[in-house]
Amino acid sequence: MSENTVIIENGLWKNNVALVQLLGLCPLLAVTNSAINGLGLGLATLATLVLSNTLVSLVRNLVRQEVRLPVFVLIIACIVTTIELVMQAWFYELYLVLGIFIPLIVTNCSIVGRAEAFASRNPVGPAALDGFMMGLGFLLVLLVLGSLREAIGAGTLFAQAELLFGPAAEGWKLTLFNDYGGFLIAVLPPGAFFGLALLIAGKNLIEERFAGTARALAAAPAH
Amino acid sequence: MNYKQILISGFLLWLFAVIGVGLVASTFVATEDRIAENERQALLKALQELLPPDRFDNDIADDRILLPHPYKLGSSEPVTAWRARKNGDPVAVIFKTIAPEGYNGAIHLLVGIYVDGSLAGVRVIKHNETPGLGDGIEIRKSDWIRQFDGKSLSHPPAEQWKVRRDGGAFDQMTGATITPRAIVKAVRNALAYYDEHKEELFQ
Repeated sequence: MSENTVIIENGLWKNNVALVQLLGLCPLLAVTNSAINGLGLGLATLATLVLSNTLVSLVRNLVRQEVRLPVFVLIIACIVTTIELVMQAWFYELYLVLGIFIPLIVTNCSIVGRAEAFASRNPVGPAALDGFMMGLGFLLVLLVLGSLREAIGAGTLFAQAELLFGPAAEGWKLTLFNDYGGFLIAVLPPGAFFGLALLIAGKNLIEERFAGTARALAAAPAH
Repeated sequence: MNYKQILISGFLLWLFAVIGVGLVASTFVATEDRIAENERQALLKALQELLPPDRFDNDIADDRILLPHPYKLGSSEPVTAWRARKNGDPVAVIFKTIAPEGYNGAIHLLVGIYVDGSLAGVRVIKHNETPGLGDGIEIRKSDWIRQFDGKSLSHPPAEQWKVRRDGGAFDQMTGATITPRAIVKAVRNALAYYDEHKEELFQ
């Protein structure tokens, strides 16, 4: 397996930020009450991860061991503040929705985690790819969890897509069940924990199945 | 020897801090005007939701005052009011007030009142009410908030300024009574405040 394949596999599945490392749960649990909210924060986190991994990798030979963590935190804080300002200036509507969650990205330990564990030890190319894949893995979990909670809680999908994609997306809302009364707990904070637990359990189940099949194959007598 | 290492590390940290601050500061300067303009446009849009643009011709976003006696509106913080005028004559006033008794904390409201004391409309700008129940007060979730349009202190009569469950004239929402109750009360307070202070409001 090539190095890049390992990075991709780690980011999306084997070492997924949200499902395996269980990092960044604070923004994850807070925003995923709808698919669009999850997607919005996922994109912002993805951008931060790629930028921070790239920058950290660029300066990795300059920064001394003793001060590397404060420097990484500084770099991440600067990136997030810049993203927040840029969003306020050019994507104001989206900022109004996600605004309070953007500073939360700084508290996402996966970002400083990837800076320390990967970017500070690898060249720029792999570091940027790792940031992108880790971010994408996180984004997918946010999107799936957001969709799950929105579908169960409100009976819709992609409501208010226009906040993210502009007026063209106003018709994107899918009503899954007509006259759905709503199942409130899915949208409330406890629903976030239940949903995440189900996703993690689902992932473990799939892995167990795969491992079982692999064992069965290995055990089969060769003719 | 050891001191030298410490100094080098300290200098590096300082260098990164300076570069970082420089970066954020220049982004701030570059985006400052745009952000201020965005905020102004968003405010104008919110105010025009309540008041059609052809009803006034002044620069409404800048024609604002901080109200004396905000506690009469149930607020412990200063309350802003914007004034709409046409050819210099008062047309309406828009309060940015709060309903302190929401189910889950204060509900922030814009309440527009025409000079004659009738409501131009009410909009919720910020709240923490329960999703799926109390959040029907948002205009994009339901039309509930529109029932205030055109109402005044005499229509319905003052003692009818309650939700139906309390014997009043305003609909509550399925599964939520506390939220509508808080809003009805806040709107009534705003109307009473206007009635009491209308002379000074337009000075």
